[in-house]
Amino acid sequence: MLRIEKLSFAYGDLRVLWDVDLEVSKGEIVTVVGANGAGKSTMLRNISRLVKPTAGSISFEGEDLQRSEPHDVVGRGIVQVPEGRKIFPELTVIENLRMGSYLPGARKDRDKNMDWVFTLFPRLKEREKQLGGTMSGGEQQMLAIARGLMANPKLLLLDEPSLGLSPLFVKNIFQIIRDINAEGVTILLVEQNVYQSLRIAHRAYVLETGRVVLQGSGENLLKDEHVKKAFLGM
Amino acid sequence: MDVFLQSLISGILLGGVYALIGTGLTLIFGVMRVINFAHGDIQMVGMYLTYLLFVHAGIDPFVSVLITFPLMFLFGGLIQKVFINRVLDALPQNQILLTIGLGLIMSNTAMLIFTSDYKILTTSYSSGSVKLGGISISQPMTISFLITVAVTAALWWFLKKTDTGQAIRATAQDRDAAQLMGINVKRMSIIAFGLGSSLVATAGALIAPTYYIYPQVGAAFTLKAFVITVLGGMGSIVGAALGGIIIGISESMGAAYIGAGWKDVVVFALFLLVLLLKPSGLMGKSNA
Ligand SMILES: Nc1ncnc2c1ncn2[C@@H]1O[C@H](COP(=O)(O)OP(=O)(O)OP(=O)(O)O)[C@@H](O)[C@H]1O
Ligand SMILES: [Mg+2]
Repeated sequence: MLRIEKLSFAYGDLRVLWDVDLEVSKGEIVTVVGANGAGKSTMLRNISRLVKPTAGSISFEGEDLQRSEPHDVVGRGIVQVPEGRKIFPELTVIENLRMGSYLPGARKDRDKNMDWVFTLFPRLKEREKQLGGTMSGGEQQMLAIARGLMANPKLLLLDEPSLGLSPLFVKNIFQIIRDINAEGVTILLVEQNVYQSLRIAHRAYVLETGRVVLQGSGENLLKDEHVKKAFLGM
Repeated sequence: MDVFLQSLISGILLGGVYALIGTGLTLIFGVMRVINFAHGDIQMVGMYLTYLLFVHAGIDPFVSVLITFPLMFLFGGLIQKVFINRVLDALPQNQILLTIGLGLIMSNTAMLIFTSDYKILTTSYSSGSVKLGGISISQPMTISFLITVAVTAALWWFLKKTDTGQAIRATAQDRDAAQLMGINVKRMSIIAFGLGSSLVATAGALIAPTYYIYPQVGAAFTLKAFVITVLGGMGSIVGAALGGIIIGISESMGAAYIGAGWKDVVVFALFLLVLLLKPSGLMGKSNA
């Protein structure tokens, strides 16, 4: 579904990604784990075309994204829930969700999707009139995911969705990611919570200083010595 | 007491026009983070357009607003598409130079076409007024105020209730996140600059029956637009509307109680005072 080949990227002179190859098939949960600054968010920003690759190619459903603008990518069904949530602070919860379904394709399913995200996150329903900027960190994270789902994603890019959530809710969020996947949404997940994300992932990649150093099934990587030492503190 | 009421009312009526000017500037700034130094010149274009429609087609200024508003939307949108969209990532000083340059081109073009003569647009009601007790209320200013209220209400509805309006606000609040929602931010910028131009040109059209029209008339209004928006808080629409009314009132109070030559002094003194107390403006988000 998504195929990244030899992706390289630099912020000015600072090279961040080196020949990254990565693939996501329809229906999968694929996770990318790596230390701070490894380049995970940068990779997602390349996929969403917020930044343009220095070299290499990204294609989605067989079509090259080379000439796509960020808003075209969303129209094709690649939707990113960015790191740091990026909620619209002065829009209400409802308005934030409406913006998620801004494009015509998603707009026609607005009511249906709104019901769906309110069942996933009942808290949002209680706070529908509240301004995004006044929500708590965890609530904002729920809103960010819900807003992404409003766009009818085929492929959902999640950048550290568990960041800043209470331990209890972290478990919850991984279950919700599984549920979303079960509804037919393919997922590319970037996480610091390596244990949880490897547990729910079908396949996983380990990114170190901008290079893919390991890949395999989530199960196998959980048993991998290097992964255990570097990320799981074992 | 009559003097007070009189200048309060005239101030509010004038403030409505100022509110439109400020709203236009703040809308553009909010979405693009670009300060439009051609703002007053766009207003000047609106004034001449109104003048032409009146002199050659006999259309009343308050009616021709219906033509001026959409035409200036296209004019502003084109400026955004052709020029400003290219410098959105450029250094602020380059953006400033670009808008100053565009303003100069507009005022010089006006000079070529119309010479620097002062034009006066005299309608049957230009100096008409209604007496209420001891107070006289200018007829054209009253009509213009009603139009500003209608335009502001329509703008508010558009920004609050429509998908496009919400997308404009979303773009102003977080450009990256807006793109991740599938919002075409370049298009939102075109709409915002078009609307900003329509608003300030409408202000120009509304004051055309009571002001002199000449090519350099914009400069003073650009300055005024800044004072209004900075006073209200850059990027805040409510702030700009409030700032406009406050500036209108303080101008007319200053003129009534101190002297016509002093009204700008009063405005700037008030402006400095507000910024001393609240540096981010009345409706601005303070960083403190
Ligand atoms: N806008 C930018 N300009 C310059 N350098 C940047 C920019 N954004 C990120 N970087 C640098 O690129 C590298 C990769 O950053 P990135 O955000 O992709 O890492 P990450 O893997 O997502 O890390 P984290 O887990 O902390 O979120 C870092 O060294 C970072 O400092
Ligand atoms: Mg990151």
